[in-house]
Amino acid sequence: MADAEIIQLGSSGRAGRGSGTTPSAAARGLAPGKRSAGGGSAGRSKSGNRSRPRGSAAVRQAEPVEPIEPVDASDPGGVADPDEEFGPGQESDLTQEADPAQEAGPEQPATVIEDPIEAAELGTDPAIESDPPADQSEDRAENQAEDHPEDQDQGAATEPPDNPGGALNELAALLRTALAQLQNLPVDQFKDLGRDPLKTVLQLAATLGVDWQESIEEIVEFTRSRLSGQYAIDEFGFDPEFTTKVFLPIMRPLAQHWFRVEVRGIENVPTTGSALLVSNHAGTLPIDGLVLHSVVYDEIGRHVRMLGADLIFKTPYSHDFARRTGTTLACQEDAERLLASDHLVAVFPEGFKGLGKPYADRYKLQRFGRGGFVSAAVRAQVPLVPISIVGSEEIYPLIASAPTLARALGAPYFPITPLFPWFGLLGLVPLPSKWIIQFGEAITTDELPPGAADDPMVVFNVTDQVRETIQQSLYAMLMQRRSAFF
Amino acid sequence: MARVILVTGVARDLGARFARALAEDETLDVIGVDVTPPRHDLGQVSFVRADIRNPVIGKVIKARAVETVVHMAIVASPGRAGRSSMKEINVIGTMQLLAACQKADSFRKLVVQSSVSVYGASPRDPAKFTEDMSPRAQPRTGFAKDALEIESYVRGLGRRRPDVAVTTLRLANLMGAGVDSQLSRFLSLPVVPRVMGYDARLQFLHPSDAIAALLEVTRHTYRGTYNVAAPDVVSLTQALRLMGRPAVGLPQQCGPMIAGMLRQARLGDWSSDQIAALTYGRAMDTTRFVTTTGLAPRFTSREALEEFVSVSAPGLLSAQRVDQALTSVSSLLEGVRRG
Repeated sequence: MADAEIIQLGSSGRAGRGSGTTPSAAARGLAPGKRSAGGGSAGRSKSGNRSRPRGSAAVRQAEPVEPIEPVDASDPGGVADPDEEFGPGQESDLTQEADPAQEAGPEQPATVIEDPIEAAELGTDPAIESDPPADQSEDRAENQAEDHPEDQDQGAATEPPDNPGGALNELAALLRTALAQLQNLPVDQFKDLGRDPLKTVLQLAATLGVDWQESIEEIVEFTRSRLSGQYAIDEFGFDPEFTTKVFLPIMRPLAQHWFRVEVRGIENVPTTGSALLVSNHAGTLPIDGLVLHSVVYDEIGRHVRMLGADLIFKTPYSHDFARRTGTTLACQEDAERLLASDHLVAVFPEGFKGLGKPYADRYKLQRFGRGGFVSAAVRAQVPLVPISIVGSEEIYPLIASAPTLARALGAPYFPITPLFPWFGLLGLVPLPSKWIIQFGEAITTDELPPGAADDPMVVFNVTDQVRETIQQSLYAMLMQRRSAFF
Repeated sequence: MARVILVTGVARDLGARFARALAEDETLDVIGVDVTPPRHDLGQVSFVRADIRNPVIGKVIKARAVETVVHMAIVASPGRAGRSSMKEINVIGTMQLLAACQKADSFRKLVVQSSVSVYGASPRDPAKFTEDMSPRAQPRTGFAKDALEIESYVRGLGRRRPDVAVTTLRLANLMGAGVDSQLSRFLSLPVVPRVMGYDARLQFLHPSDAIAALLEVTRHTYRGTYNVAAPDVVSLTQALRLMGRPAVGLPQQCGPMIAGMLRQARLGDWSSDQIAALTYGRAMDTTRFVTTTGLAPRFTSREALEEFVSVSAPGLLSAQRVDQALTSVSSLLEGVRRG
């Protein structure tokens, strides 16, 4: 990335902060595809413009505004401008409302008014019509005028093809169709279903694909074996019966129908012997680990043993669930023990740094721990399989992390997403993003010289290799995908 | 001349059984020591009533020219005498005994019964502890702290008397028919309080396997520390279901309060490290012992527990009752499917 770039220190402006209107070369180099650069500079330039004489601003904005307006109005459903904070769907309504106001003031430029409150004021209060909108529109227009060349500078290549505006748009469209469907619900059918709840539950389970493939007697037999403790767990607390008969049947519809996971390169996962799967980690809650387990089991019939942070084992219920489904503590000893006994082990080296990163930083791999997973793999001489998961970032877009509250709760972050905590438990429903899980070509470690596991240089090199592989294939997949949700 | 072996703590169950089994060998002269007279038949063992907290023990060792000392006078739960007495027996008793041993010229070998408690218990623990690992959360209270101190005194003796072969066996929780320990009493409660949201992994050792291991290291010389346990683990949920005991989940913060109530009701004295072990679970890797001695435990944790279940009173949710309930449910479901 930026390692070959020469950054001149103190060439202009404040050190490390850029010139105030554009991010510094260093910041841009470190953050390929970081969209917030445009948004941030827009905010800054806006406040900067306040002090300028209005006349000169008006002169400058007059030209570039014209091409912007038709683009937004004519293409409400298409790919939105990356700098827009609101979806075009909202915009087209607002511009219509704003039209009379624009006609009233002849010297006002045609513009996009982003705030619904402003729009309402424009329509009702004649006193505001003359002056303030002009002021605001000047600022906005100029921002857009200034921002556009910048976007072309950064280039489309580094920009992941989706963007927050587009994502929200699609979500809005999805919600609208869902609401429409809700209106044509057959109410009578529901009343029928309510009369015989037991039957309903059985039918519902069948339609959801929670197919036990067993008769009632077998389900009863299963319950009997559970209730009398007649099942086996391994030394890590992994309960294969619970995992295959309860956990995976619940995960399967989520993976196949909700996230519509597309699996690529499953042939890179060995069907015998041990291997270390290394994946990116995202999505506020570690749903990606659960989906990975489900997908790998359905594809090749092997359980994936996860390595988890100690917080998982400190938290009630999460401890119980994690141990039952085969997760163990991410420590050198456990990793080596699992790899020595022919298991598929999965590790998420980003840990909470990856899970709890803000939505703006999505698909940007965080630091890969201390490379302990690599030395475990090198010592056990097992291949490393890099995994890139696309789609997991959009399930709970983390807009803020409330650090004070998180500290009070003893958590690494407190997620604030567009739906959580505002909608309570409903906010815990993951957004139905489209997932792609790509298993990369295995990186072999058995050719490394003996003692390589204790050589920090070798370990760092292999760590970087794995990280780069995952990051590159993430970018490649992001370029390919049409949208986050379809 | 016959080897003279001194065994401490023979009044208790495991000590008595071990000393009796050891004395069956005619070539060995076994002396049993304890403060209280033994409740069990000691067979060929000659019993000496002495207190290891008292320097008198040194005279016994010197007078009988003791060659091997097997230290089993370690108290895992406070009982009626209370925590201070327990600590005195464990720590001061070990100090006095080792001091007496160090002075004796005939003394060549020391076998110490230690416990899995030295590993503590915390959510940061690896799945299985090997002998070289140190506790992730240093035990600060109760038996675990005693066990750590005992081991440190034993290491001290090993440094001062390099000619003495020191063997420390870290035994898992004993489980099997007739075992009366804090854990077995806990599992036998009519309704078992447990920390909700956690399912501890429990690892057991059958008393016969414990005795076999102690006999092996006493008869032959293996220097160092060894974990002794069954290879597998049983989850607390599984154990309670096998016992047929209903459980009440309580928030983790209630732990000390419940421990206090149990203490008041004389149902056992639970220190925080024991509660932690029943919360997060703990298991040992026994590879070193099995490969060095070639002696694998005959009972798995599950078999040991099943043996205990077979001799204890059936619980509220015994297998029979669960069967009845499930049969009625299945007939109901069949009816729904047909109708």
